[in-house]
Amino acid sequence: MSDDLDALRQETLTALDTAADLRAWDAVRVGTLGKSGRLTGLLRELGRAAPEERRSRGAALNRLRDVLTLAIETRGRTLEAEALNARLASERVDVTLPVPTSGLGSIHSISRTIEEMVAIFGAMGFRLAEGPDIETDWHNFSALNTPSHHPARTDHDTFYLPTLDGEATRLLRTQTSPVQIRTMLDQAPPIRVIVPGRTYRADHDATHSPMFHQCEGLVVDRGITLGHLKGCVIEFLRAYFDQPALPVRFRASYFPFTEPSMEVDIGWDRRSGEIGGGADWLEVLGSGMVHPRVLANCGIDPRAFTGFAFGMGIERLTMLKNGIPDLRSFYESDMRWLRHYGASPLLPALLHEGL
Amino acid sequence: MKFTLSWLRDHLDTEATQAEILTALNRIGLEVEGVTDRGAALAPFRTARIVAADQHPNADRLRVCRVDIGRNTGEGGIGPEGDDLVQVVCGAPNARAGLSVIFAPPGSVIPATGTTLKVGSIRGVESQGMLCSLRELGLGEEHDGIAELPDNTTPGQSYANFAGLDDPVIEIAITPNRGDALAVRGVARDLAAAGLGRLRPWLAETVEGTFASPITWRIEFPEACPYVLGRTVRGLRNRPSPAWLRERLLAIGLRPISALVDITNFFTFDLGRPLHVFDAGRLAGRELVICRGGGETLRALDGRDYIADPEDCVIADDAGVQSFAGIMGGEATGVSDATTSVFIECALFDPVRVALSGRRHAISSDARQRFERGVDPALPVAALEAATRMIVELCGGEASEVVVAGEPPPWQREARLRFERIAGLGGLEVTPDAAIASLEALGFAVRARDEAGVLLDVPSWRNDIAVPSVLDAAPGLDPARLLGAEVVSPIEAECDLIEEVLRLRGLDAVPPVTLPPIAAVPLASLTPRQARTAAARRLLATRGLAECVGFSFISRDAAEHFGAIPDSLRLLNPIAADLDQLRSTPLASLVLAARRNAARGADALGLFEIGPGFRETGQTLIAAGLRTGNAPRRPGASGEAASLWDAKADAMALLDGLGMPMDALGVTADAPAHYHPGRSGTLRQGPRLALAHFGDLHPGVLQSLGLDGPAAGFELFLDTVPDPKRRRRAAPDLPSFQPLTRDFAFLVGSDVTAEAVLRAARGAERTLISRVSLFDVYEGEKVPHGQKSLAIEVVLQPRERSLTEAEIEAVCAKIVAAVGKATGGALRG
Repeated sequence: MSDDLDALRQETLTALDTAADLRAWDAVRVGTLGKSGRLTGLLRELGRAAPEERRSRGAALNRLRDVLTLAIETRGRTLEAEALNARLASERVDVTLPVPTSGLGSIHSISRTIEEMVAIFGAMGFRLAEGPDIETDWHNFSALNTPSHHPARTDHDTFYLPTLDGEATRLLRTQTSPVQIRTMLDQAPPIRVIVPGRTYRADHDATHSPMFHQCEGLVVDRGITLGHLKGCVIEFLRAYFDQPALPVRFRASYFPFTEPSMEVDIGWDRRSGEIGGGADWLEVLGSGMVHPRVLANCGIDPRAFTGFAFGMGIERLTMLKNGIPDLRSFYESDMRWLRHYGASPLLPALLHEGL
Repeated sequence: MKFTLSWLRDHLDTEATQAEILTALNRIGLEVEGVTDRGAALAPFRTARIVAADQHPNADRLRVCRVDIGRNTGEGGIGPEGDDLVQVVCGAPNARAGLSVIFAPPGSVIPATGTTLKVGSIRGVESQGMLCSLRELGLGEEHDGIAELPDNTTPGQSYANFAGLDDPVIEIAITPNRGDALAVRGVARDLAAAGLGRLRPWLAETVEGTFASPITWRIEFPEACPYVLGRTVRGLRNRPSPAWLRERLLAIGLRPISALVDITNFFTFDLGRPLHVFDAGRLAGRELVICRGGGETLRALDGRDYIADPEDCVIADDAGVQSFAGIMGGEATGVSDATTSVFIECALFDPVRVALSGRRHAISSDARQRFERGVDPALPVAALEAATRMIVELCGGEASEVVVAGEPPPWQREARLRFERIAGLGGLEVTPDAAIASLEALGFAVRARDEAGVLLDVPSWRNDIAVPSVLDAAPGLDPARLLGAEVVSPIEAECDLIEEVLRLRGLDAVPPVTLPPIAAVPLASLTPRQARTAAARRLLATRGLAECVGFSFISRDAAEHFGAIPDSLRLLNPIAADLDQLRSTPLASLVLAARRNAARGADALGLFEIGPGFRETGQTLIAAGLRTGNAPRRPGASGEAASLWDAKADAMALLDGLGMPMDALGVTADAPAHYHPGRSGTLRQGPRLALAHFGDLHPGVLQSLGLDGPAAGFELFLDTVPDPKRRRRAAPDLPSFQPLTRDFAFLVGSDVTAEAVLRAARGAERTLISRVSLFDVYEGEKVPHGQKSLAIEVVLQPRERSLTEAEIEAVCAKIVAAVGKATGGALRG
């Protein structure tokens, strides 16, 4: 290679090396390969060279052009990368800064328990029935074989509302059982319903709230026996508490609207509060075979149909399952409590996902 | 109902242990509420006698006692084999030879201190136990030294047994149907029928009357009292009851008063047969009349005054009302220590009247509890004899002949059991013989039996079985569905019998059976509306709100801020003044909840409740939400106050989530008075249907309820939101041409709503305009006074081909014209 080309090569590579930014680099590129660049000038002069010299000089120039083009492009990419890095470095932020969060809210534990009950009983073919909170005396008591003088009524501290002209006595339902009555009047057997809802009794202390929730269940069909009642209740309790071997005990009892009647206990440890373990029993629900008089009051022939009903306290079951110590806290709407015991809206009670 | 084990054993001959008895009680429906066994803690303590008491060699105040602890301690191991003397070091000043004492062997836990006794050495002398004071046993406060037992006490007895303290007190809950079990004898009968022994026979020995009773009965109110017996006992002396009677009453929580009173209490619990004794010397006239009250005041034995009204059944002498029949006697004619002559009352009172009177006057008594459940109608004659005998035995005196008024009411009833129904209803296979045996043990008598069933006489004490049906059919029930009592009564009676057969075996014996499935895959449990409510709950929770459950009633003062407070929705008997009015909306509960949270320092929060609101027209389901306070501050954001925009966004997201077509939604600037009048609105479908209110809450309401602002809320009426149309969806509109966007700024009057501009623009060319949105509102010096600039973005969606400039111009002109026509607005220059 002739000296001048060698010098050009050397000078250009040096200039590229010293070009600190894209502007300097561009000056080198234009000064070498641009219209009036040094290499472009040499190429242009090639035509004036002697023919025998032209071939070898032309080949040398072409080689030099390839080398310098590559060197310029390479250096350009390097400088571009450096420039980008410098810019990105200058854009660095404190990623620990807070962002506006719209955290998830929560579903109240009473709603959650109702959802779980609906899921479990739903799998057994029950549907959800509802009724009004303000009831008549007849629906809440008389139809349920609880006439006004009945001793059982003294257990119910009933809230009364003013009676409107010519209408029946109005009260806040003391139980969800009146919805049994409404269901039997509206629908012919077979019937399978559960009725979760608000109930009211004039009682207020550490273990009683003037408003609380019950879940009623009713099955009416041909050939229903107390065995079905036991099966249904045991299967529910074991699914709800997620304990396939939960001990369940049945004790004869009395309710005006069922016969035979029974109270249902589950095994637990009184001291630790652990459900399923221990040697103690804890009452969780009342139940029985629907009283023939109640069926007849609703126009269902007790000679042909039998049924069973049960009722349970939703708060009570919620407290047991979740270890909630205080009944009153359910209604205080203390944000800290709501968050602590609330359920995620993204995990609804679905049997296939597990309760 | 309380009784002691020994009292039970008076009626029940049984080998069963206490634990077996308790288990059986629970099984047969006599729920055990508690057992108090004072004897259990005293089990190790024995009677003993000090044989010799010598001075301790190393301590002046101690004595070394040789103590005879008896041969049959049952424990063994105390002292050498065959030796019944042990050595005890004792510091009590009264420890002396010959004294009968209470001995605690090593290993005993001293009740008063909880310490466990060990064999030890006291000042170098071995002590093999302890001599106890009553205080150490937790039985008293005396501490003058060790307890001194009577001189002739045999050593080696259980002290609890010796002192009568080993008789556990059992408390059971009696269901309202089981009046017969409010008697120790009734409980014993049930246990015997359940296989726990034999009911001991009980027969009242007659006491011959020696004179005609100077006091007689007259019934003027036979509906309340069909039958009454009485008898005078004269020449008696009222005195304290003997120890056995006092201890029984004390054990079940009754205060012994005097023999005459204690005897009536005894029979109330022993036989479930309330009695009353009048001091005959304090009765005026020769006749007691059972009649309606007439407004007289009676001071009852509880020391309170009651006014007897005509619905009350009372017992009156010539001086006036002396007793509330079947509930409580009067103070004036009650017995005292000075009583020498009594008139015993033994009557049958109507359960319903007793229940209603007792409830009306709020008197609870053991007598009322039994009469309102029904006493044994066949028992009065025998009970009166038994009571007379006990009075004569304990108080002396002589008895008159019995006086009677009225007739024993017919109580005989029958019930038929078809054997197949035991399994058919009860789910348990029981042989006919076994079922009949159970019923006979309860007192039923077989009248006739065939292959299919058995006809039984019901025992007099079972007021709950085979009671004639009193139907109360639904008002307006289709006559075709109406059933007569003659149809229902036999079924009821049969259920009664099946319940008895099952109860005695325990319901745990019934094998559980899974309900047959209705469908292989269960159908939906929820109606579409119910499912929507569940979805609404989840949706609001995902928006960061926490669900609350508030009481349906709030204070009338608070309720007043949220609409009408009709008297028809005010509780007649509220439990507290702040819980007396049914709320019109759950939003009211949320505001109160926010105030409580704010008082704890949590003033920025989001709450919601899905619950009932009560109106005179009925109950509606409302989803209400409330946001309060300022969002948390952070760099670049100063912490915006909760506002109507949050509430509107919540309400609209909820409507969208419920499947409400958002195009059909309109907003009007009106809302109930609990919202800020200028910063609230109503979301509607069409002009009429209000679906939701939203807005800043009225500052006056917040101030009255003690909540510092800001606070914004919404109420969405879940019952009003139309059900989503259940039709097949049309294919989606997916044009393949690129949409284009044009911006417009209109100058409109200040009172023109954005909604009006948007609606006009949207309607200008429906086929091409796919979306119109507002992106800026400007009011200020750059626009004329009384006007504002609304900037909107319009998206045009070509469908068949790209639009030409001319077509685009044409659409833009239509938009400008439409907005101008609808609002008077013009393009901003």
